[in-house]
Amino acid sequence: MPSLDDLKKRIKSVKSTQKITKAMKMVAAAKLRKAQENAERGRPYSQKMQNIILNLTKSANNSDNSPKLLIGSGKDKIHLCVVLTADRGLCGGFNSNICKLAKSNFKKIITEGKVLKIITVGSKGLDQIKREYGKYIVKKFSFKDKKEISFNEAEMIGKEIVDQFNKNEFDKCILFYNNFKNVITQIPQAQQIIPVEKNSTNSDTENSLTYEFEPDEDEILEDLLPKNISTQIFKAFLENAASEQGSRMTAMDNATRNAGDLVDKLTINYNRSRQASITKELIEIISGAESL
Amino acid sequence: MISEKFTVEIISPIKSIIKSETQEVVIPSYEGEMGILKDHIPLITFLRPGIIRISSEKEKKFYVEEGTVEFSNNQLLILTPMANELSLIDKSFIQTQIDEVEKKIINDKVSDKEKYFLSYKLDTLKSLN
Repeated sequence: MPSLDDLKKRIKSVKSTQKITKAMKMVAAAKLRKAQENAERGRPYSQKMQNIILNLTKSANNSDNSPKLLIGSGKDKIHLCVVLTADRGLCGGFNSNICKLAKSNFKKIITEGKVLKIITVGSKGLDQIKREYGKYIVKKFSFKDKKEISFNEAEMIGKEIVDQFNKNEFDKCILFYNNFKNVITQIPQAQQIIPVEKNSTNSDTENSLTYEFEPDEDEILEDLLPKNISTQIFKAFLENAASEQGSRMTAMDNATRNAGDLVDKLTINYNRSRQASITKELIEIISGAESL
Repeated sequence: MISEKFTVEIISPIKSIIKSETQEVVIPSYEGEMGILKDHIPLITFLRPGIIRISSEKEKKFYVEEGTVEFSNNQLLILTPMANELSLIDKSFIQTQIDEVEKKIINDKVSDKEKYFLSYKLDTLKSLN
């Protein structure tokens, strides 16, 4: 049985923890709004970009001349996995959900006898992955010191990926990130960016317009595809940022509630033992008086 | 003057910069300036550094460095990492950009295609200055 003083101290410490989680929740809520706006404003760009590429690929029929970024290197040997996570913790299952999905993919790639290469973005993902798959990591990025991730950072990573592809360092590139659905739901996703995945679902809905290309398709594609990779990465960044804040908000909300429950429980305990000690003292006094 | 209008939209990765109705848009396409009117045939092209002019009641000008253009169903879509409205650019920005480009363009390592881009960038910036 802890003493009254101990209980008092615990109640106080839980209360201050609650204050912290509450503050973090508020901060996350404020940041979430901004991040969510950014994610929503950023969606049209990547969507339209993808649409244009789809239109281009439909009209570029002679697959022999198409740029490699579009059709791939023709092999399926080396897989490059880009894992995007946050730089900060205390955001619920956000980081581990991405890593879980990534790790199950890693396992599959290795058991299939293919070569695995990993690029991590964000320090939290690196921490979780490096223990098991540290030797596969070829490059790591972290933007801890940046307050907000801009398109430049995405472009930097995109360039790195395209460079490596041109050097035949890998055949297939997959992006791991959390897709922001709403504040409480974030879905970890694996998106293949090289070669471009052809969406079969909306190919027939769009009536095929015959486009005029200036210069020709291949040249536009060559210009557009590296940009598309940066764009997809940037989109992943935005989605991730919104997901991180959303996830942190719910996690901190839960933590605040749990702390409240704990304080209630401890207070009951405290009152009970206080009462018990008073009763005990009374009994002692009475029995002392009786014995006289 | 034909008053037939179509919609033009400039989108950057961060936000939609402008969406409006217009009669004519002039874009600095890769192979030269290009004017687009209503009912242009579907078109996909990309940009070199230059000025986008959107004419409506009040003409709007944007400075762009690169981008992709799609025109279909009377919708002009311009995707660019960056588009600055001319009236909002300050002179010091232009000057530093000019200095940077001038340094880059004499570098031998730069490919022909990049040089082509840079020379247009320089011309445009100088004309603004």
